[in-house]
Amino acid sequence: MSGINQASSHIAKTTKLFIKGEFPRTESGRSFPVKVHGGEQVFAHICQASRKDLRNAVEAAKAAQPGWAGRTAYNRAQILYRMAEMAEGKRHELVEGLKTLMGLSEDKADQEVQQGIDSLVYYAGFADKYSQVMASVNPVAGPFHNFTTPDAVGVVGLLYDRDFSLAHFFSTIAAVVCAGNSVVVVFDQPGAALLSEMGEIFKTSDLPAGVINLLSGHLDELYSFLGEHMEVHSILYTGNDSQRLGELKEMAIENMKRVVPWTFDNCDLEPIVSFTESKTVWHPVGI
Amino acid sequence: MIHDRFVTGHGGTKIPIPYQPVDQVGAEERAAFFTKRSIKKASKLDALYTIISMIDLTTLEGADTPGRVKQLCAKARFPIPSGIDQELSQHPKARPMPSVAAVCVYPNMVPHAARALEGTDIHLASVATGFPAGQVPLNIRVADVKAAVSYGADEIDMVINRSAFLSGDYQTVFDEIVQIKEACGEAHLKVILETGELLTYDRVQFASHLAMLAGADFIKTSTGKVNPAATLPVTLVMLNAIKDYHRSTGVKIGMKPAGGIRTAKQAIQYLCMVNEVLGPDWLTPDMFRFGASSLLNDVLKQIYKQITGRYYYDKIFSID
Amino acid sequence: MLSKNKDSKKKKKKNKQGKSKDAKVKKTEASRKPFQFDYDESLESTDVVNIKEKNQLFINGRFVDPAEGKYFPTLNPGTGDVLAEVAEASGKDVDRAVQAARKAYENVWSKMSGQERGRYIFRIARLLQERAREFAVLETLDNGKPIKESRDNDIPLVAAHFFYNAGWADKLDFAFPGKKLKPLGVAAQIIPWNFPLLMAAWKIAPALATGNTVVLKPAETTSLSALLLAEVIQESGLPEGVVNIITGAGATGSHLVNHADVNKVAFTGSTAVGKMIAKATAKSNKKLTLELGGKSAHIIYEDAAIDQAVEGVVNGIFFNQGHVCCAGSRLLVEESIAPLVIEKLKDRMSKIRVGNPLDKNTDIGAINSHRELEKIKGFVRDAKQEGWEFYEAAATEPPSQGFYHKPCFFNDVASSATIFRKEVFGPVLTVSTFRTPAEAIAKANDTPYGLAAGVWSEKASKIQKTALGLKAGVIWANTYNKFDPSSPFGGYFESGWGREGGRHGLYPYVEVN
Repeated sequence: MSGINQASSHIAKTTKLFIKGEFPRTESGRSFPVKVHGGEQVFAHICQASRKDLRNAVEAAKAAQPGWAGRTAYNRAQILYRMAEMAEGKRHELVEGLKTLMGLSEDKADQEVQQGIDSLVYYAGFADKYSQVMASVNPVAGPFHNFTTPDAVGVVGLLYDRDFSLAHFFSTIAAVVCAGNSVVVVFDQPGAALLSEMGEIFKTSDLPAGVINLLSGHLDELYSFLGEHMEVHSILYTGNDSQRLGELKEMAIENMKRVVPWTFDNCDLEPIVSFTESKTVWHPVGI
Repeated sequence: MIHDRFVTGHGGTKIPIPYQPVDQVGAEERAAFFTKRSIKKASKLDALYTIISMIDLTTLEGADTPGRVKQLCAKARFPIPSGIDQELSQHPKARPMPSVAAVCVYPNMVPHAARALEGTDIHLASVATGFPAGQVPLNIRVADVKAAVSYGADEIDMVINRSAFLSGDYQTVFDEIVQIKEACGEAHLKVILETGELLTYDRVQFASHLAMLAGADFIKTSTGKVNPAATLPVTLVMLNAIKDYHRSTGVKIGMKPAGGIRTAKQAIQYLCMVNEVLGPDWLTPDMFRFGASSLLNDVLKQIYKQITGRYYYDKIFSID
Repeated sequence: MLSKNKDSKKKKKKNKQGKSKDAKVKKTEASRKPFQFDYDESLESTDVVNIKEKNQLFINGRFVDPAEGKYFPTLNPGTGDVLAEVAEASGKDVDRAVQAARKAYENVWSKMSGQERGRYIFRIARLLQERAREFAVLETLDNGKPIKESRDNDIPLVAAHFFYNAGWADKLDFAFPGKKLKPLGVAAQIIPWNFPLLMAAWKIAPALATGNTVVLKPAETTSLSALLLAEVIQESGLPEGVVNIITGAGATGSHLVNHADVNKVAFTGSTAVGKMIAKATAKSNKKLTLELGGKSAHIIYEDAAIDQAVEGVVNGIFFNQGHVCCAGSRLLVEESIAPLVIEKLKDRMSKIRVGNPLDKNTDIGAINSHRELEKIKGFVRDAKQEGWEFYEAAATEPPSQGFYHKPCFFNDVASSATIFRKEVFGPVLTVSTFRTPAEAIAKANDTPYGLAAGVWSEKASKIQKTALGLKAGVIWANTYNKFDPSSPFGGYFESGWGREGGRHGLYPYVEVN
């Protein structure tokens, strides 16, 4: 049973957005079709998110972030692991989707999904450890206890500007939320056609609503709204377009967003480091 | 001043004792600030003369004798050998040499000191209340005070009951101070907290308020028999308590750091601290004293240096 | 004689002549009166410093004239007089300096072992300690900060920063476990005028330890201590070109930031200039770290050690004339203790000595420049016009010559007020109240900045909770304005990117593989 065959029996559905744990349609009423790989057949109609949708998503992310960062590290780890379990449960849909949308072989698609699940597990295991690795107790020359710990940057805007890879996509999102951030992801086809599957994974993982928000849409239209949004604290850019990266960096200046070009090939500590601030606390030692 | 503890005063009135926590590191940092003050020229000379006038010249030894006390009283009246006083007085910068504020002795020595100080306005202070430990029955401590007063002491330096204080029996500490104050009659009461045994600034602060509320005219750091004795930070904490007490009652209580202040340089640091924490109203022997003995000669040496520009040598000053 | 004095109304006023007349008064009276303890001037000698009339650029290990031969004056803000002339580096000079740094990087510094690099940095630390007094006096002359601070704070910390970072040079493998660190290359560093030499140390020491070479530009009003540091660097035998120090104003800085052969830009200064630099480098691959402004909150809960808290507030806002990016400029006091805190603060302020920076008793020295003074005055004038309750006090009247501003605060300020929101960078505090810890944290975070915050409470769990909630890079709990080379410093949000100091401070100067 090939993906294409399956697609032919498939009713092309309208894939909605994932904002604040819900699946709303775009307020703009716009959509764009995503076709099956190498064919003309429409796999799904995808909501084309508007600036207003983006604002709603950022609003949701902003509201959710402090609570998420305030969860215990153990709890965040559990939820990330739960995401992996839920992804496992959707393995079949994801594999079929990748085959249909991207023309991957069964093996290749399965490998992609496996890698994606692995990265969720990797960051689940890091959620309660990165602060131990990054933190320090600093031997200041005085009667003070002084320590530095990592703190989440806040709301991260993820501009997914590259060929879709499920493994990579999961890895970026997992790294960002692992560190206690919330994220607004803007991506387009073909990955966007899997938005529903992925949204359902996130929705059913006990992840608080608003921590992960997925917007399908046209990057050319949305990237500047994301780059200029004053409630977004960091931009994660996955693309190779140095011109666009430069523009994002310029847009970031007004509220001094941290712009992070994604250069991480593997799961690692570095992505987590990129989305944290260091907080140093001094306290006197006395009686 | 969040959680107050209470003692019961006359007629059963509840008296709250302010409790204000003190951060040790911050208090010590602030105290160290005064060691950085650089007092020079005329202001230094002013300070040095003022320090002399604030000294409670003290001898508190088992080996004290009438002769020794007589000598000390002579030093109190004429701190500087007359020859040197004359040499200095030729100099335009010189001021008249003040006498010290008081002589401080054990009760048995009070009669001898009283005779030696007759006709002067130097106060006569006596330690009492089973000094320095205070571990004798209250009636004996009261009798101790009464004896000292009857011998001619016009200032009494008492010790608080640390045993009661450290076991949390603040009522006893309070009541005893009240009774000692009564026993003092006209004599003024300095209450020694023995901060070296209280050990935390929180307690020093609390004990200061307890003493002031019970009737202390002065609060005093130490007996000089326990280490550490007076330090800048502990004095700072007590000055702050005096300030708070003044703010809430309008009453000015005096301060006496005692023990460990041996050099003019140290004494000037204390003076700066009083100046900047309580202000000039406290820069008088009525409100501030140094409990010290060797300090006097160091101050004299500094005055000599300041006026003549020449360095002193020890032998030109009398030992006592 | 010894009496419980009720507040006496008579306050004695004495001047110096008065004192000597009083000396004739009968001794008992003279000794019993309170005396007005006015501290006479106690000036630090300036003999230790030898300021050159014309100060050249330090490029490739030598002092050289600027290509276009231009010099500009630098003032002593304590008097307003010209102190010396300083070279203005043109684009050509910047290019020379960057080339020297590049050559030193390629040929020498990047090839040297960490141990050997460390040896030079240790040596610089020692030389700084040996000449500490000279540096302190020069810093005070050129910057206007009290000698007490340059002597006891700035210069010892400068040496400590070099000493701390020197030890990292051969231990970089331990900095980020499992990672190999590579230097970036040539670092362009631009520093402000508030802690001239200290900022130079913060920048140069970690850059060298991690194997980068440096072109440093001090602020145009405070170049001299950096140039004296150049002499120390020369004396240390550091290979030529590893550190280059060029002087000039914004144009020089702009040339440096925009130079194509620079790999790394580090800037400390205003958020406005930081944003310009971010824009200038946005489309390059230059790694950028910024330490920018702040409007840091200082929270006092009712269960605080109040006397120490008030001291912390004073230290937080009046240290270094308030020219501190992390100054605790917004005091937030729990409403129940606000009157007491205000009373104590007023009393404490009345003891602050504003005056000649060289006087060892000066607590607040001179504002660095006429321009800064006017800026501060402008903020104060506007806030007064807006009607906020104003209070200022000092123990001394500032000198008539030079640039001075008394310590002051605005009480009961609404969080919408300009004076509550904008960075004044001077000895100007705002005071507001709050009712609950949640409100305190929310108000503290109600700013686009996120550099520092202070919190005072004797309840440890409340301190922890508050510190967690505060969005700031440095949190001083029951203390304020403490600095140490091992302690990372830097802010969230519009206060900048990256950290300086500690292990974290190495990160901005390396590529992590």
